[in-house]
Amino acid sequence: MANPADRKYTKEHEWVLVEGDVATVGITKYAADALGEIVYVDLPKVGSNAAHMKICGEIESTKSVGELYAPMDGEIVEVNSALDQAPDQVNDDPFGDGWLIKIRYTSLPDLLSASEYDALVGE
Amino acid sequence: MLNTKLRAEHEKLGASFTEFGGWEMPVRYGSDLDEHHTVRNGCGLFDISHMAEIRVTGSAEDFLDFALISKLSEIEVGRAKYTMICNDQGGIIDDLIVYRLDQDEFMIVANAGNHHQVVEALKQRLENFPDTQVVDESGIWSLIAMQGPKTNQILGSLVDVDLTELKYYSIAAARISDQDVFLARTGYTGEDGFEIFVAGDPSKIWQLLVAQDGVEPCGLACRDTLRLEAGMPLYGHELGIDYTPFSANLGKVIRFDKDQFVGKQALESSKHPDHRLFGLAGQGRRAARADYEIFLPGEDVAIGKVTSGALSPTLQEPIAMAMLQVDQGLEVGSEVEADVRGTRVPYKIVQLPFYKRER
Repeated sequence: MANPADRKYTKEHEWVLVEGDVATVGITKYAADALGEIVYVDLPKVGSNAAHMKICGEIESTKSVGELYAPMDGEIVEVNSALDQAPDQVNDDPFGDGWLIKIRYTSLPDLLSASEYDALVGE
Repeated sequence: MLNTKLRAEHEKLGASFTEFGGWEMPVRYGSDLDEHHTVRNGCGLFDISHMAEIRVTGSAEDFLDFALISKLSEIEVGRAKYTMICNDQGGIIDDLIVYRLDQDEFMIVANAGNHHQVVEALKQRLENFPDTQVVDESGIWSLIAMQGPKTNQILGSLVDVDLTELKYYSIAAARISDQDVFLARTGYTGEDGFEIFVAGDPSKIWQLLVAQDGVEPCGLACRDTLRLEAGMPLYGHELGIDYTPFSANLGKVIRFDKDQFVGKQALESSKHPDHRLFGLAGQGRRAARADYEIFLPGEDVAIGKVTSGALSPTLQEPIAMAMLQVDQGLEVGSEVEADVRGTRVPYKIVQLPFYKRER
């Protein structure tokens, strides 16, 4: 699956889709594939603060644990609670139904374009 | 990094790869959870050609009784035995399966990561056995494991031997797809199944097997959760050079009634280790993993560490094996806590294995 061009990326293999003052965040297909089948997602509380590059959640597969870094400063305004029951949505649709959190951001850092991220993961 | 002779087959099947014991091996082809369930309910096919094969011939019985901790002279031709090779201090160099191919011919299968240590140790122990030969045949053999309750039926129609006659922990010569193989009823998943030794190019046999209805290729990720559920130790986790077999509750593998064997003296005084392996089961979905510390409830000083842990795909609860202090009065039902990245998560001591197939 190609990395969609409608959004930005981080070196930590997360994607960021900015709509107005809210950014939706997930992990890329590349990250989901590397983790393996995801069995548990631990997301931050709605209303909590997100701080750029601070860990705000965990994504566990049968084999390993991945950390979710907040890609920017802001406030968590929504989390994907459907993942409690169906964490494998992150594998099945990482760029869609497998989204993780929404942040009302206070500032946007420099992020990678889709083609820059393609280059990073060798696609 | 080494590749097995089946590398191209795995690539065709879309495998992801991981480093294991110096080899690049398939970790999964699609979903590791699906692969896990396939082995529990159907039939999974694994390339385990990274494992080492060492043939011992000549006056092999006496040599193996000296070099290994079990009594290999006792097993009949066509049977197999789980055993270990220890050093003089009783430390485990590797755990092994030894197959008796003939009166004077044994095949040892060792872990990839310990391949050279095992060959080296065996050759050193040859000193007083001039009529014994140890030959490293790892480059010759490919090993394919076919595991799961439907294996017997599927494989049975493809080989020239009656599989119902081949008992658990047995081995026999057979032919598949016009190639000579050894078929062993052994495995590392807790299910019934076979391990197929192929000399030469294994591609045709792999292609034939993977094309059968109900057979799915499976990677090392699910092999690890399968063996963990079955309470089987993995070298580097539950077993190691700093542990004796007693630490892993495997003292029964040792045969002290043998006159002499490497490690005998040290092992005789190691029967009561400070730490030994326990099974732990938790609740919820957060699994304690290897190296996480274990505590008595509310206590600050750890009583040991997890050696392997995962959310069990079959049981749908977190399970772990842990090397814990034996003087803490732990028994089945005792409550402990795991430190899961800063959060204490409750676990209970349970009987091993976590999963046992119906027979």
